Amino acid sequence: MKKRMMLTGTGARSAMLATVLTTVLVACGPSDTAQDGFVDINRDPFPSSYTPLASETTLIVNATVLDGKGGMIEGGSVLMDGGKIKQVGTDITAPDGTRVIDASGRWVTPGIIDVHSHLGVYASPGTQSHSDGNEVGDPVTAGVWAEHSLWPQDPGFGRAAAGGVTAMQLLPGSANLVGGRSVTIKNVPGRVAQDMKFPDAPYGMKMACGENPKRVYGGGNNNVLARPSTRMGNVHGYRQAWADAQDYQRRWNKYERDYAAGKDVLPPKRNLRLDTLAGVLRGEIKVHMHCYRADDMGTMLDVMKEFNYQIASFQHAVESYKIADKLADNGVCSAMWADWYGFKMEAYDGIRENIPFVHKAGACAIVHSDSSSGIQRLNQEAAKALADGRKVGVDISKADAWQWLSLNPAKSLGIDGMTGTLEAGKNADVVLWSADPFSVYAKADMTFVDGAVVHDRADPSKQRVADFELGHVGEGDVK
Amino acid sequence: MKMIKSLCTGIAAIALAGTVLSSGTWAEDVAIIGGTAFTNGGKGKVENATVLISSSGIVSVVSGGPVPEGYRTVDASGKWVTAGFMVAGSSLGLGEVSLSGDNNDARADKAKDGIVLDVAYSLNPNNAIIANTRIEGVTRAVTQFSRSKDNWIGLGAIIQLGGDSVDKMITHNKTFLHLDVDEGAARSNGGSRSAMWAEVIKKLDDAKPKPKSNENGEKKEGDNKKPKEKKGGDKILVELFADGLPLPLQVNAHRVSDIRQAIKLKKKYGIHVILTGAREAWMVADELAAADIPVLIDPLDNLPSRFDMLASTSASAARLHAAGVKVAFLPPDTLNARLVVQSAGNAVAMGMPWEAAVDALTVNAAEIFGVSDHYGTLAEGKVADVVVWDGDPLEVMTSPDHVFIQGEEIPLVSRQTKLRDRYKEIPRAPGLKK
Repeated sequence: MKKRMMLTGTGARSAMLATVLTTVLVACGPSDTAQDGFVDINRDPFPSSYTPLASETTLIVNATVLDGKGGMIEGGSVLMDGGKIKQVGTDITAPDGTRVIDASGRWVTPGIIDVHSHLGVYASPGTQSHSDGNEVGDPVTAGVWAEHSLWPQDPGFGRAAAGGVTAMQLLPGSANLVGGRSVTIKNVPGRVAQDMKFPDAPYGMKMACGENPKRVYGGGNNNVLARPSTRMGNVHGYRQAWADAQDYQRRWNKYERDYAAGKDVLPPKRNLRLDTLAGVLRGEIKVHMHCYRADDMGTMLDVMKEFNYQIASFQHAVESYKIADKLADNGVCSAMWADWYGFKMEAYDGIRENIPFVHKAGACAIVHSDSSSGIQRLNQEAAKALADGRKVGVDISKADAWQWLSLNPAKSLGIDGMTGTLEAGKNADVVLWSADPFSVYAKADMTFVDGAVVHDRADPSKQRVADFELGHVGEGDVK
Repeated sequence: MKMIKSLCTGIAAIALAGTVLSSGTWAEDVAIIGGTAFTNGGKGKVENATVLISSSGIVSVVSGGPVPEGYRTVDASGKWVTAGFMVAGSSLGLGEVSLSGDNNDARADKAKDGIVLDVAYSLNPNNAIIANTRIEGVTRAVTQFSRSKDNWIGLGAIIQLGGDSVDKMITHNKTFLHLDVDEGAARSNGGSRSAMWAEVIKKLDDAKPKPKSNENGEKKEGDNKKPKEKKGGDKILVELFADGLPLPLQVNAHRVSDIRQAIKLKKKYGIHVILTGAREAWMVADELAAADIPVLIDPLDNLPSRFDMLASTSASAARLHAAGVKVAFLPPDTLNARLVVQSAGNAVAMGMPWEAAVDALTVNAAEIFGVSDHYGTLAEGKVADVVVWDGDPLEVMTSPDHVFIQGEEIPLVSRQTKLRDRYKEIPRAPGLKK
């Protein structure tokens, strides 16, 4: 019973435990044989130590406000207090002592959330020593966690804040069929990775379709399970991994049942790889799968059904436009570039209208970066996609298009209850833009995370300088 | 001689363009009317412009000018008209799919001699990236190799993106020799900058013309010996020292100390240097301006990506321009050559004047590579590379409505637009199970 006290679970997890606990209590009687303490797995061994930065009550007035769920308010105001959005509208009275920012001619949006970043795991400078994103050697490395590679001093985090990015998912690379766990972070300074972890955000797990795993492992002379060298070898690898995870979960379920029945049973041996995979099967961990080609995605939709899990998003998804209807039917998001294409065969059919076409089909469209440079200008990526769609008659408003940058990413990461829109009660993750953010000339004047300023273009003390940059040429320069 | 010869190639290309281009359309006389034209890079603004073009070049740009008989009219009311843009560095036409695709001819890493590499043997006018690029308003490009066996990375060419044959596309070949002296080059060429530079200096010393007499005008001993005839790369290196129009040396360097070596190279040997890459060039902008060395940069680079790039900032373009350095722009990579326009817009957002950013995409690139008598402005007699934009070309939500290359209107069609048109309405099977 003592061991159970260390458990910290999400809501669903706690509910399950309560059931087990009740059963155990019922089963515990004077006639029982002695049982060892119930062994359970701590699902959160690296808990978030995030503490919001100091913030002041702030009212932004006279702005063009995109609320992030499709609404646009001219002459709008946004009130932030205690780290939360208090009110969004046109006529807001602020309490005494509120900092009031006149945003005439400027725009306010929810903070940008990038669902695909390798900041910290492939940090700048890109020396060999900083190559911490792909644990090559085994095609299924579900037991590795990106947060254990996360270097909080990557100068890229500060640059992303200057681009209006308030949260992001940091992923392992795509060398493996299953690359490992991702971590969702708030774009705030941290001394250790845990300082940046987004509290209560579910874990993600990176998987990869197609060329990358088969190129990395494709020796061709080995057991296909160990070394996929073809797409069919890849799919064998995913399916066997899921089958192993099902078996592992059954063993734990049986242990819990037997324990609850009062039996003196030995728990299954911990397997860190299967812990993560089983977490997906239990619905606790979200799958984000690097997948370019429509046919690869189509295959994975069936693997998903076969093993009864949900793919939260296909990442890169350059051919989503070919199967946007199926993606809508299956509730799978596509995280896409505006116009990157062609660098390998599976990216060859990329088109500039991918994002608006996915949106038009009623599927969940996300603009992502996968780049320490691109993450700084995701608003421009959305603008290009919007314009390309409009040019061929797909009429989408700027207010709707902003969902590609905040709400849809938040949904795919499972944090949309906390952030992603400007709604009362949500975290005050907000960007004040110098102009219409669909313009190349717009800059993020101020970026707020939980109501605290994490970037201010007018205040050098609010422009992050990473430890690495101290004492080097360019320290503290305009970036 | 070299430049004169390559200019002749250019003129021949113009003459040939009068017949037929890849688009299959015939050359015609066109009047683009009612738009706002920028005749000289980002300058020379003409409102309500009548831009008259023909396959032989720009005829005139006159506000409210009449349309002569026989000209097809293109309405550009409310639109912007500029010269076609030029990327100052790419491997356009030299490879289709960079990773695990076909052979990438830009990567000549097994070449026996990196200096002699000539893009004419590799350029593929039917490469799909070319069409993807030109329909976004980029009509000219520097194309060059990305790699060779060492840090001498071949001869670059200037291409126009409308031709259907190598001869038509290459307007000027062998316009520069590329030398890489950055941190990566040092690592793979001797393992140290000192080892690498020793080899570079040796090659240049060998190629440098030997004085025929000593300081006192006396014949030197051994002058009667017939000099050994140079071949291959050694012969090309001699062109760096040619009288009149020497072959420019394009030097890739980032760290300030490496850039200063490039400046010294120019001073010591009297050769013509173009600096490329140049992350930290802004720190010695005054020295570069004084040495009359133009700089090619990607204006987006702002991360300390490597130890020779620590001072990277996206204010580079603005600072170099302010110091009087002639700047042109590199795209993020070849596939994204078309994004050079967005990069230029970002340079403006970081303080570069709009006019200067458009200059960087046109006249500056033309002047740096010695083709400004031919391309780069809408002046009478220049080739008719003209783009009609549906707004400010540097904006991210604008795009071309018409693209003319050497007087030919290019259909706004590519593999990508064909895929787009095929899937705009998804061919969903009626019996599809959800």
